[in-house]
Amino acid sequence: MSKIAVTGDDAIAQAAKLVNPDVVAAYPITPQTIIVERFSDFVANGEVDTEFVCVESEHSAMSACIGASTAGGRVFTSSASAGLMLMFEIVQIASSSRTPIVCAIANRAISGPINIHGEQTDQLLFRDSGWISQFAETNQEAYDQTIMAFKIGEHPEVLLPVAVGIDGFILSHAIEGVEPVTKELVSDFLGGERKSTLRLDPDNPVSIGLLHLQDYYMEARAQVRDAQQRSKQIIIDTFKDWQKLTGREYNPIESYQIDDADYAFVTMGSGAGNARTAVDELRANGEKVGLIKVRVYRPWFGNEFSTLTKNIKGIISVERAHSFGSPGGILGQDVKSTLFDAKQTPYIAEYCYGLGGRDCLVKEWTEIYNRSIQGFNEGENLPYFWWGVRE
Amino acid sequence: MPDVLPTDVSDVEFKKWVAEKWGYKKLPMAGSTPAGTAKFFRTGDWAAKQPRLIVENCTSCYKCYFYCPDSAITMVAGEDGKAHPEFDMFYCKGCGVCAYECPGRKGEKAIIMEDLK
Ligand code: SF4
Ligand code: SF4
Repeated sequence: MSKIAVTGDDAIAQAAKLVNPDVVAAYPITPQTIIVERFSDFVANGEVDTEFVCVESEHSAMSACIGASTAGGRVFTSSASAGLMLMFEIVQIASSSRTPIVCAIANRAISGPINIHGEQTDQLLFRDSGWISQFAETNQEAYDQTIMAFKIGEHPEVLLPVAVGIDGFILSHAIEGVEPVTKELVSDFLGGERKSTLRLDPDNPVSIGLLHLQDYYMEARAQVRDAQQRSKQIIIDTFKDWQKLTGREYNPIESYQIDDADYAFVTMGSGAGNARTAVDELRANGEKVGLIKVRVYRPWFGNEFSTLTKNIKGIISVERAHSFGSPGGILGQDVKSTLFDAKQTPYIAEYCYGLGGRDCLVKEWTEIYNRSIQGFNEGENLPYFWWGVRE
Repeated sequence: MPDVLPTDVSDVEFKKWVAEKWGYKKLPMAGSTPAGTAKFFRTGDWAAKQPRLIVENCTSCYKCYFYCPDSAITMVAGEDGKAHPEFDMFYCKGCGVCAYECPGRKGEKAIIMEDLK
């Protein structure tokens, strides 16, 4: 099929249209993005069969999604930033109730001060929530990953909600070419309608999400822990199935120019684009540098990460997120704790960049590289550093 | 390991699950239970007080029956042929809601709460 020119928001809405969910519940106003605005057009035009529930808050949006999902529906929603914060109580219940809701997130900075631009800290707060959490680098990836998210989440071995993040404005509002797929392909890929095993059914009545005190709470949480672990294989299989159908390769942790690399950037989301160009420029100058892009953040693919980094001398972890008072970045903590088990721990430099949508140009990625290598050559890990902040 | 569904668990198994303190591999997923298992839960264990009926003050208004949070009250025909509350102490948690709500007759309550002996 020939490519269509769409924003990241539009790409996700188009993908959700092909999925044709039973229910979409969303709050329509800022920090909501064009994802559900566009989707509501599809509903109004009769292009989907979806029941669109226009709720009064994100807290209600996620609640309605859980209701629809426990009734057996295929459910989609979207939010960002402060909207996710308001949703957050119910976000936890979505995973513990094992509802495979797909939530697209245009990753945006959290107030305050008020800012609506690109930053991943909002979705990284899902880290401990039991959700599968993925990030896309391009609009094409956002499109593909939205469709795949339904298959992963709804798999009977998984039954967990899935978040798909795109960097706010950088992807959400920027137009790129996206190669579409057909509705038939998506329907075949997802195996038709959702087949839910656990659901509210008058003929087989059950209670879901009950009070669990000291005597059962840990057991309930352990089930989510195991589902997260089991999802790893399902994610890998789903990515492979998608590749067979579309020719587009996806991996939980991806790499570029890593085979002979001495040093590697590690990052997530749209920043990988500039990082890749920086790698090309540095390689042209004889630097042996590569890139590792974390596509799936939760569950954390530690073994895959270790395999990719086993010959790396220095890791440069760069993230568009931050955690006040922490020993480093949010992604950085996963990187470091994974490398702690490595036979030979590489040097590590950790950077926070681009908060509130601040640009980080290719030349800055090169500067980050040079600064880090200088430190590594002096035999040191570099202390966590906020790139580009004025003193 | 596939997750267990609450519909896979019978009443008999549910009683075992509580008695044997099952682990997460045997428990149904998502904090779910088969329907109606609350009937096995002895909320009566919580009680420090118990209601007592003073039948001559009861006008059979059914208020206690509707207000009882644990469905511990059934209305049973008494010697006068009228319906009066009977308390199931397996479920009655001694909350006193029935006594509080009871309008009684001419200001005299038909339910009073007494210490559980
Ligand atoms: S004391 Fe409470 S639980 Fe017991 S019968 Fe009265 S209302 Fe019901
Ligand atoms: S509320 Fe009091 S008067 Fe009414 S039925 Fe119950 S015991 Fe009788």
